[in-house]
Amino acid sequence: MSVRRLYHDQPAHFVPSGTTTAFADLAVTRYPAGRQASAVLPVLWKIHEQDGWICEPAIRWVAERLSMPYIRVLEVATFYTMFNLAPAGTHFLQVCTTTPCWLRGSDGVVSACREKIGPEGVVRADGKFSWIEVECLGACVNAPTIQLRSDFYEDLDHDKTVALIEALERGENPKPGSAIGRHSSEPLGGATTLKDLSVGGDD
Amino acid sequence: MLKDQDRIFTNLYGFDDWGLKGAMRRGDWSGTKEILAKGRDGIIQEMKDSGLRGRGGAGFPTGLKWSFMPKESDGRPHYLVVNADESEPGTCKDRDIMRHDPHKLVEGCLIAGFAMAAHAAYIYVRGEFIREREHLEAAVAQAREAGLIGPNACGSGWDFEVYVHHGAGAYICGEETALLESLEGKKGQPRLKPPFPAGMGLYGCPTTVNNVESIAVAPTILRRGGAWFAGLGKANNTGTKIFCISGHVARPCNVEEEMGIPMRELIERHAGGVRGGWDNLLAVIPGGSSVPMLPKSICDDMTMDFDALRNAKSGLGTAAVIVMDKSTDLIKAIARLSRFYKHESCGQCTPCREGTGWMWRVMERLVKGEADPSEIDLLLQVTYQVEGHTICALGDAAAWPIQGLIRHFRPVIEERIASRRGVPVAHAAE
Repeated sequence: MSVRRLYHDQPAHFVPSGTTTAFADLAVTRYPAGRQASAVLPVLWKIHEQDGWICEPAIRWVAERLSMPYIRVLEVATFYTMFNLAPAGTHFLQVCTTTPCWLRGSDGVVSACREKIGPEGVVRADGKFSWIEVECLGACVNAPTIQLRSDFYEDLDHDKTVALIEALERGENPKPGSAIGRHSSEPLGGATTLKDLSVGGDD
Repeated sequence: MLKDQDRIFTNLYGFDDWGLKGAMRRGDWSGTKEILAKGRDGIIQEMKDSGLRGRGGAGFPTGLKWSFMPKESDGRPHYLVVNADESEPGTCKDRDIMRHDPHKLVEGCLIAGFAMAAHAAYIYVRGEFIREREHLEAAVAQAREAGLIGPNACGSGWDFEVYVHHGAGAYICGEETALLESLEGKKGQPRLKPPFPAGMGLYGCPTTVNNVESIAVAPTILRRGGAWFAGLGKANNTGTKIFCISGHVARPCNVEEEMGIPMRELIERHAGGVRGGWDNLLAVIPGGSSVPMLPKSICDDMTMDFDALRNAKSGLGTAAVIVMDKSTDLIKAIARLSRFYKHESCGQCTPCREGTGWMWRVMERLVKGEADPSEIDLLLQVTYQVEGHTICALGDAAAWPIQGLIRHFRPVIEERIASRRGVPVAHAAE
């Protein structure tokens, strides 16, 4: 199992944005009355979106908001590995290195991150970048893959990763998806099936 | 090869509009009211006739699973929960359904929910799939707007809501009871069974948990008939299936094919063949990371279905075909999977929590050959001590890839150790 602990340097307060508060109010309506604890993951997500990580005062805020014991929220925040428990870089690259990505050359992606950003899990001095290795992202036929915020960058190699990081450095917004021109999960060069789009009715 | 007319996921690659308009043009949401008019028993019988086996990995008959729900409510609501926590390494099929054909899933939720007398469905999407979740949420909103779900869904008189929930990066939440725990706002640690979810699931209410693909194929099966689906594939392994072909192939891809297609044909026809040709093949993991690998000699005439792969001591799993050519360091490939299971163990059962870490550390030493030959048997023995001794199947899933490696490629490990001889050997325990 992965052992995760809270960051040593915690802020004194957590200040939720208006969006975060409104989201928390809306999220609980999706579950039956008295089951507001179900909203804990979505609400922690919203905070993660706001701050880029989960601080200890935020955990207290969620516990109060959802009428949950503090320890229950703490164990959720430390159990689920997508929640950063320490501040990350502005651009936080999650590099998949599980076997399907490794077979397609994720070692090159990792070395590109090391060269351009530095050691894994350490925020670059300018605060703009950090990267970590993650487990299977679920885009195995487009391996190797990096997750950046909400998007996947796919079909990468060493040089394409360097180009991605450099584009981010220039303040650009690189196009997500395949780096070798595939539309999505079809074979490179064109699909072998579904060539006739007029086919498609169920009857 | 499966004809395009018999494919269910006609927008698998997203070349067409994924929204409601495109979905309706492709035939989704047509005659849904008439399907619901068949009644609960009619729908379940049709699903049983189709022979559909669950697409999440275990291959349990879907119609039978639906029939386990109580016929009459005892006052507790019933729930349908869709497992969209797709995280099995190698697998990326549900992702395409959610981002390119989400209406098939939403329509399937209504039909399956109706068949089990549920008024609500929760779709649990893995945390990493943010764009996929956005498409799904939009599809749910479109369907609600059009009156296809919500009060009096499709004019059927049945009220039905679909909610999209999401996780935050825990593979274990793909286990159905861990998923329910997570949905209730807790750590995703599996529950003991019994009680089974059909008796006591989400919030202590009768619940059925199904994979995305199982639910998404249901509307087409009911429109075209169980006999149509049963006519595809092989006996006891019917229908079509989305295969994910990754690793050392010329053109990795997802593709919907007939169950029972020969592995070689699948790889050569759709993925451009093994890199360097079929003779350059070393081994294939045929069903996602959890199933044991098969050497080329077995792959040569293997078919892709539940029964054939089980007889070869592997499994169809999620139909994620991970291909490894002769350049592959197989020990390293499996050691990386061991690291995955060590990372994803929820920590609840001691054999898995301790065993996954132990197995990974030994695997890492085997990669370098820093071991005594007797440790191969010791490792094998430990895999058997983990397998079957935990609440859920994660312990088994961690053990099987190592067993597959030792079963078929023991000489490779022995050779690695031998070539290391003369170099000081590190101690076993850590």
